[in-house]
Amino acid sequence: MDFSTMCSQLGSGMATTITIFGLTLLFSLPLGLGITFLRMSKNGLLRNAAKLYISIMRGTPLMLQLMVVYFGPYYIFGMQISRSYRYIAVIIGFVLNYAAYFAEIYRSGIESMPVGQYEAAQLLGYNKIQTFFLIILPQVIKRILPSVTNEVITLVKDTSLAFVISVSEMFTVAKALASSQTSIMPYVAAGIFYYIFNFVVAAVMEFIEKKMNYYR
Amino acid sequence: MSTNYVEIRHIKKSFGDLEVLKDISLTVKKGEVLAIIGPSGSGKSTLLRCATLLEKMDCGSLSYLGEEAVKEGGNGKSIYASTADLKRIRRNFGLVFQSFHLFPHYTVLKNIIDAPIRVQKRKKAEVVEEARELLKKMGLSDKENYYPFQLSGGQQQRVSIARALALRPNVLFFDEPTSALDPELTGEILKVIKDLAAEHMTMVIVTHEMNFARNVADHIIFMDQGVIAEQGTPEELFHSDNPRMKEFLGKFNEV
Repeated sequence: MDFSTMCSQLGSGMATTITIFGLTLLFSLPLGLGITFLRMSKNGLLRNAAKLYISIMRGTPLMLQLMVVYFGPYYIFGMQISRSYRYIAVIIGFVLNYAAYFAEIYRSGIESMPVGQYEAAQLLGYNKIQTFFLIILPQVIKRILPSVTNEVITLVKDTSLAFVISVSEMFTVAKALASSQTSIMPYVAAGIFYYIFNFVVAAVMEFIEKKMNYYR
Repeated sequence: MSTNYVEIRHIKKSFGDLEVLKDISLTVKKGEVLAIIGPSGSGKSTLLRCATLLEKMDCGSLSYLGEEAVKEGGNGKSIYASTADLKRIRRNFGLVFQSFHLFPHYTVLKNIIDAPIRVQKRKKAEVVEEARELLKKMGLSDKENYYPFQLSGGQQQRVSIARALALRPNVLFFDEPTSALDPELTGEILKVIKDLAAEHMTMVIVTHEMNFARNVADHIIFMDQGVIAEQGTPEELFHSDNPRMKEFLGKFNEV
């Protein structure tokens, strides 16, 4: 195998990794907010359901969750699993898991908001939805950005867990190449890729944090 | 016929076993300035929070311009009007908080114009013009594009007064508007409130500023341990024989 074939294989793994990363963020950030609403609901049933969900998602390995999402339909319902389902399973697994973590981050931010902001909004006649989306959420986002950055950086590295259900992302490809070529280079290349990816993520998040520094 | 702008009848409020308000009644007429004074824990802030619907009262009634927000049911228990009615009734009053509670992510101008535009659905151009007028009155014309954190406490408090006024309330409540400010900044706020009084704005002010209450108020209520211990014109109160009142005033004179 020549160098360029190796590069093109690593390149396609890279694309898969970036796709998993992007789709996970796209769905888990809003889903996490939804779970926060349930977690903070006045209805005890909804609140406890959300609490249990978060507890399970945080209390079991993501690797195991991916297996359950991928193999569950076959073992539990006897459904035939198509090859393409593994990509969907990976996204579902990551989204469900990360939404739980984001939900707790949102909650910490919402609970740190001074009650005066709600009272001022009520006095000015804003309804509950306006109060949340116009007054509270923008300030919450600013407060939770550092925690979100942490989580996003972890996600970049966690994408390698897709390896367990044989999704050919960066790490899976690197491992296959390393064994077939008996070379450490694919691992080194993968390491450099993850590092640069996270370097960019950190820079982007820092930029957003700076952008939001126009008020205190 | 002169309708009372605010009418509070037999309000009672307890937090657990602690009875904070014990049967308070008061009225505020159009253009009147009422000051509520009293020691910490006398219930004056709770009274204000009940009157502005931030806190639920247990017993008693509350109405604005003759419209009942809360009425007395059997055995005196409070019954609140429907959400829709309360929303409409809320338009009658504004509140200036002790610690301002401006929205930190909005500029001064946006803090003032957002609610009139979004909540009251008024035209933006008209609201902006009015907001600039208010800022001018507050001596903050050059600050409309500033964010709250860039202003002093006194300036922030004046913005919050402008924000409340922009909704054109019939009654404006103040919850210790100068307590979070350095003594040298309280003068700015007192001047603004005096100007409003001169324009016959109906106001209810909970305050520690005795001299201010004396200067600006038409009527003063002295609260102590959840009841109205004494009330009257400033002159009557400052020459009262009530021992608690005298003790309270004495403490201030010593300072």
